Amino acid sequence: MALQDKYKALTDAAIAAGITDLAVREQDGILYIDGTAADGATKDKLWEIYNQIDPNFTSGDLVLNVNVAIDVAVTHAKVITQSSNLNIRKGPGTDQPIVGKAAHNEVITLVNRSNDLWWLVRTNDGEEGYCYAQYLEPQA
Amino acid sequence: MKTTKFLMSAVIAATLFLASCKPKDADIQAAVQAKEPAGITVVVAKGDVTLTGEVADDAAKAKAEEIAKAEKGVKSVINSLTIKPAQAPVVISEDTTLTKNVADATKDFPTVKTEVKDGVVILTGEIKKASLITLMQHLSALKPKKIENKLTVK
Repeated sequence: MALQDKYKALTDAAIAAGITDLAVREQDGILYIDGTAADGATKDKLWEIYNQIDPNFTSGDLVLNVNVAIDVAVTHAKVITQSSNLNIRKGPGTDQPIVGKAAHNEVITLVNRSNDLWWLVRTNDGEEGYCYAQYLEPQA
Repeated sequence: MKTTKFLMSAVIAATLFLASCKPKDADIQAAVQAKEPAGITVVVAKGDVTLTGEVADDAAKAKAEEIAKAEKGVKSVINSLTIKPAQAPVVISEDTTLTKNVADATKDFPTVKTEVKDGVVILTGEIKKASLITLMQHLSALKPKKIENKLTVK
């Protein structure tokens, strides 16, 4: 219960932000908060609160897994790397050969999102392959 | 005539007596409510008690009914308590899957070293403060048991 108290501000914010499928579970001394946020800004706000409660995330007592909901109708995504190009690979994994690159801020076509971590994409040049989903921001 | 009057007053007296002796619904309700744990709502109508709310398990449901039945003046108990659905346990990734996914997630953080053991992701090395949230977001999506962050934040 102590952990739920420690992160109460976070769970309250998650409820207030309308996080769907919100699950707050404590297991073996670690708190797990799962859910889906309506957009990236909401997710980032929760992470800021987490960072305030546990500066630099050093306690190791929370796993905050909030994904951003994606409309099935969405067909394009923007490359949101910090500044570099994004590798496009033959298969889902960094052990897979690179088949192409997408530029920072480039908007590319989403082909398939069946894998949570690696999305199948196609660039405007027609290169097709897998990109790391965390570096892609679905375009409404 | 006199006899009728006497009988009438006797009936009235008896009614009053009985009424005062029999606990009122409101009193029963207050008494039962005070004995039930929080989260259970007690409603009494003509001595019939209805219990509503959510309890942890069958035992708690049965116990709440017993408490109500034991109260003086209770004729019957309608137990409409529901059992709180059990939460599914947290799913933790297998080490082989987790190790691969952690390698993918940290590829762009060359100053970060990782180790995966029994679902725990151990981070050592150093990182820029601005990149820490991104790294933690990436790792938290991989269903680890725990993220042990021993990074030096610059």
